[in-house]
Amino acid sequence: MSTPDVRDVIIIGSGPAGLTAAIYAARGNLAPLVIEGEPSSTSDQPGGQLMLTTEVENFPGFPEGIMGPELMMRFREQAIRFGAEVVTEKVTRVDFSTRPFGVWVGDPDVDEPTYRARAVIVSTGAQSLMLGLENEWRLIGHGVSTCATCDGFFFRDHDIAVVGGGDSAVEEATFLTKFARSVTIIHRRDELRASKIMQDRAFANDKIRFLWNSQVTEVLGDTSVEGVEVTDVTTGARTVHPFTGLFVAIGHRPNTDLFAGQLAMKPNGYLVTEAGSTRTGVEGVFACGDVQDDVYRQAVTAAGSGCAAAIDAERWLETQGHSA
Amino acid sequence: MTSITTLSDATFDETIGSASEPVLVDFWAEWCGPCKIIAPILAEIAGEHDGTLRIAKLNVDENPGIARRFEVMSIPTLILFKDGEPAARIIGAKPKSQLLAEISPHL
Repeated sequence: MSTPDVRDVIIIGSGPAGLTAAIYAARGNLAPLVIEGEPSSTSDQPGGQLMLTTEVENFPGFPEGIMGPELMMRFREQAIRFGAEVVTEKVTRVDFSTRPFGVWVGDPDVDEPTYRARAVIVSTGAQSLMLGLENEWRLIGHGVSTCATCDGFFFRDHDIAVVGGGDSAVEEATFLTKFARSVTIIHRRDELRASKIMQDRAFANDKIRFLWNSQVTEVLGDTSVEGVEVTDVTTGARTVHPFTGLFVAIGHRPNTDLFAGQLAMKPNGYLVTEAGSTRTGVEGVFACGDVQDDVYRQAVTAAGSGCAAAIDAERWLETQGHSA
Repeated sequence: MTSITTLSDATFDETIGSASEPVLVDFWAEWCGPCKIIAPILAEIAGEHDGTLRIAKLNVDENPGIARRFEVMSIPTLILFKDGEPAARIIGAKPKSQLLAEISPHL
């Protein structure tokens, strides 16, 4: 196998951060290669978490709101328009110990990397956490769902539940009331973490009910969800509720397994970047978006940091005597 | 010339019943992000399996009857019909290699 050509920039990941980096890098004549990931119905997939969301109401420039998947299709088109090359592949290994850096897709055990680049921008984002219950995986697609936009439609007139208390949980619950007869938010605390506007909307919605201080401890059902066992975290009491749908929105974990031993991480797995920049501890490797943000985690902050990463990478390449 | 057949509640039974080759039906809708991601992959698979596999799509929004009959509760769902009967079911978006691995034994 021949040694691959050395690219200026490879961008790993294709959410708002990666695609904004691609737009900027492409306009800087760096001909970036975006390795966008592979299809999946978790949020670890091309387009990132917004591919599984409904209406995005807080992305500036869209006063009427825009559907998450449509917004991401537009990001992608914009990157391609300026010359970014996008491949639907998933990175299986990286080598940041020698330059140019090596990036593998497919079999990680072959010696030669699939791609090489002088600079790498890491924007692999985060993926949804699951509850980790025995029946949860078995019943995915049969009442358990990770994607309210995709599956809400099938729960017309059902009594269903959403697990979680953050913005995504409350947003999903509100969206699901368009279809379901009732939506119960099951949250382990006694108050929501969601933003004020989302909370107000949920509290004002007749179809939304709450189970506070409650944890889902089992999903019941043979061929489809027939009930959900909930444990009261203060009393330990267990009750079974006859929900026929369960949407999980309990948070995310960063997609950083790929970089273990190569890039510095916080104890919670998020990548460490130098304050005020997108530089990682490895010169020439930059990180942006949710993979390095455990504070804001918004599409617009991810996009902002993607822009910063492209500018940081471009300037760094210039110092390396490379002119684009 | 390969093409993807568009099915509806009205045409489903006749098309699936009379097909000489296995038919992979993509249950999808406009508002589903992962459905959009796999659409180009299905088009590729259709091109590569001309004559041995037919790819069809059914919009669940416009055709809820068939989706209900096959108990589709999540999209994308792909169901492979062989001799008119479901032979395999794939729930959720998957990479091309994985789709082929799940379909190939039935072809």
